[in-house]
Amino acid sequence: MCLALPAQIIAIDPASNMATASVGNVKVEVSLALVDDVALGDYVLVHVGYALNKIDEDEALKTLALFAEAGLTGQAYEIH
Amino acid sequence: MKYISEFRQQGLAQQLANAIAQTVNPGRHYRLMEFCGGHTHAIFRYGVQDLMPANVEFIHGPGCPVCVLPTGRIDNAIQLAGHHDVILCTYADLMRVPATGRNSLLKAKADGSDIRMVYSTQDALKIARENPERQVVFFAIGFETTTPPTAVAIKQAQAEELANFSVFCNHVLTPAAMQAILDAPQPVSIDAFLGPSHVSTVIGSQPYEVFAERYAKPIVIAGFEPLDVMQSSLMLIRQLNEGRCEVENEYSRAVTRQGNLKAQALMQDVFELRPQFEWRGLGLIPNSALQLKPEYADFDAEQRFNMPAIQASDAKGCECPAILRGAKKPQDCKLLGTMCTPENPMGSCMVSSEGACAAYWSYGRVRG
Repeated sequence: MCLALPAQIIAIDPASNMATASVGNVKVEVSLALVDDVALGDYVLVHVGYALNKIDEDEALKTLALFAEAGLTGQAYEIH
Repeated sequence: MKYISEFRQQGLAQQLANAIAQTVNPGRHYRLMEFCGGHTHAIFRYGVQDLMPANVEFIHGPGCPVCVLPTGRIDNAIQLAGHHDVILCTYADLMRVPATGRNSLLKAKADGSDIRMVYSTQDALKIARENPERQVVFFAIGFETTTPPTAVAIKQAQAEELANFSVFCNHVLTPAAMQAILDAPQPVSIDAFLGPSHVSTVIGSQPYEVFAERYAKPIVIAGFEPLDVMQSSLMLIRQLNEGRCEVENEYSRAVTRQGNLKAQALMQDVFELRPQFEWRGLGLIPNSALQLKPEYADFDAEQRFNMPAIQASDAKGCECPAILRGAKKPQDCKLLGTMCTPENPMGSCMVSSEGACAAYWSYGRVRG
């Protein structure tokens, strides 16, 4: 129930507050009723037909950097 | 950046596994409860459990809305569809959940009730617009992730004066369930929590701070991808080693401390707390669920139709209640894989794509 997929906004209809989002090559209609300031090209989390949140690219890059940092410790462990 | 494949890289998973192995104290046992069924499935589907040292144990939590919904509420929905000639709209997850007398929404549909699977509350509104002569009820379940879309639909129905639309509300609250687990008379031993992903996008990380402060349990809000689960486990292990009890946020690409204020405002506008609500496995929990506020009573199916509370019991031998509390594991259930399979489920934990039994059945059977 709580699963949500990252999807990219590819079209917005301001009149109905709906958007078309792309997950892989699948296009879905999503409501923008729960988010503000969504622009074309943004990634949002889509849950039961609604965009829940915008995804923050800078924060995603920081998290990936954290994985790599922990990975360095892991590599050092392998050598010992 | 697609936000999926980057968080499933095999090489990084192995390196994180090595970092975890190096960080754990061999002299202690780590009991981490993943609250969400989505995490349980990520742990089994991607083999995260097998990458963990033997002294790191995942305790599966109650964060599966289909699993914790008591049988009586499904019986209510089946009666509604059968007796009142309504169109009952439901998310697909609920269709196969066992009801009393080996019934289910799927069987009731086969027997002639007009039960329709919808993907979104918008679909339920569309059905109501297209069938003005029929009553259309949306069977609303879910935690805080799924509640705002129900609130949007109720506001929209009010604005459109869609008089034939109503909601059978079963929305429940995550912090209340966490507190019930920690306050239980014989609490399950838990050292730390992997916090919900998408519930937290809505409510933020702030509501968990009380558990870190009052119950001294570290919490890390974790994304649903396998590397998120591993990194969050590492963060919890570090907190436990260092004696810290904090709320940390691994899923910062989608979760903030405040959460989605627009979604919260909608929920507060439409819903209020129920004095108490029954959870499968956890019993009656005060202030743990939502009902429609009096100003939206016209859209409340429980007020529009006669729906007396139904007390129902679970299938004999089914260990779902203990599994949902974290007190037992699916393999402790005698029915698992023999009497109870996804094709012929005896308990809700085998039905849902977030249920712990379904995760063991789908991915865990071949584990040594």
